[in-house]
Amino acid sequence: MSGVMKRMGMIFRAKANKALDRAEDPRETLDYSYQKQLELLQKVRRGVADVATSRKRLELQLNQLQGQSSKLEDQGRKALALGREDLAREALSRRAALQQQVTDLETQHQTLQGEEEKLTLAAQRLQAKVDAFRTKKETIKATYTAAQAQTRIAESFSGISEEMSDVGVAIQRAEDKTAQLQARAGAIDELLASGALDDQSGLAKDDIQAELDRLSGGTDVELELQRMKAELAGGPAPQQAIEGGERRQDTSGQQQGTPRFDKQ
Amino acid sequence: MIVRIMGEGQVEVADSHFPELDTLDDDLLAEMERGDGPGFRSTLHALLEKVRELGEPLPVESLEPSELILPSPDATLEEVRELLGDNGLIPGA
Repeated sequence: MSGVMKRMGMIFRAKANKALDRAEDPRETLDYSYQKQLELLQKVRRGVADVATSRKRLELQLNQLQGQSSKLEDQGRKALALGREDLAREALSRRAALQQQVTDLETQHQTLQGEEEKLTLAAQRLQAKVDAFRTKKETIKATYTAAQAQTRIAESFSGISEEMSDVGVAIQRAEDKTAQLQARAGAIDELLASGALDDQSGLAKDDIQAELDRLSGGTDVELELQRMKAELAGGPAPQQAIEGGERRQDTSGQQQGTPRFDKQ
Repeated sequence: MIVRIMGEGQVEVADSHFPELDTLDDDLLAEMERGDGPGFRSTLHALLEKVRELGEPLPVESLEPSELILPSPDATLEEVRELLGDNGLIPGA
C-alpha cells in the first residue's frame, strides 16, 4: 500500500463495504442509504444558506466600515481647511486603522464566496447522483432477488457512498470556516457598537465631529471668514471643506500624537 | 481508472498514465510523513494538474467507485493525515 491517493481510495471503499456488510437484506440497505442521502442533501443546502448568510453579514459590515472611512476622510479634509492639522491627523490615523480592517474583511469575503460556490456545485453533483441512485434502487428492488442484488447494490452503493463522504468533508470544512468568520464578524460588530468606530446612526456625535462643529459653528462660517481674509490679503483662498483630495494627508510613518482639543 | 478529486468530482484516466501519477503519489506520501508542508502543497498541485489534464470528467449522474482519491487543492497536510487516520474521520455515508 503506497501513496496518498491509493490509500484514500481504499479507505473510502472499506467504509462503504463495512456499511453494506451490516445489512441483512441488501435491499434494505438501499432504502436506508437513500434516506441518508436525502438528509445529507438537506445538510448541504443548509450549509450553502449558512455561508450565504455569513457572506451577507460581512458585506454589511464592509459597507459600514467603508462609510466610516470616507466620513473620517472628509473630517480630515475639513479640519485641515480649518487650519487644525492635529484634528486632521487624528481623523486620518483612525481612518488608516479602519482601512486595515476593511482589507482583512475583503479577504474573508473572497474566502466565503469561494466556499459558497464549491458547496453549491457539490450540492448539484450530489443531487444528480442521488437521482441516479433512486432509479437504480427501484430497478434492483423490482427485478432481483436478495442474492442477485448483492453485487449490483455494491456497485451503486460504493459510488454514492464515496460521493457522500466527499460532500461530508466539504460541508465540515465550510462549517469550520464559517464559524471562524462569524466569530470575527461578531468582534467587528462589538467594535462598531462600542463606539470605537462611532456608529452610523448619527445620534452619537464623535469627538472629531464635535470639535469641527464647534470650530465652524455647525456651518462653514469659519471657513468663509478665512476665505475672505485671504481674499483681502490677496493670498490664495483655502480649499472648500468637501472638495477634491489634493490636500489629503499621508499618514504613513507619522507619529500619532494625542489631539489637542481646545476646551473653551 | 477512475480518480476522484475531492470537492471537484471524478475523472477517468487511462491506465497508461498510472506510473507517472504513481511517482508523484509516492512523493506526496513521503512529504506528508516528513511533515514537509510546502513540498506537500506543490506535489499535491502537480498531481492534481496532471489528473485534470489527463482525465476525462465522468458524467455527473454516474455512480462509480474511484480507484484513487485525491484531496482537494486547498487541503492541508494535517487534514489529509486526518483523512488517512485509523479513526475514519470521513463524515457522511
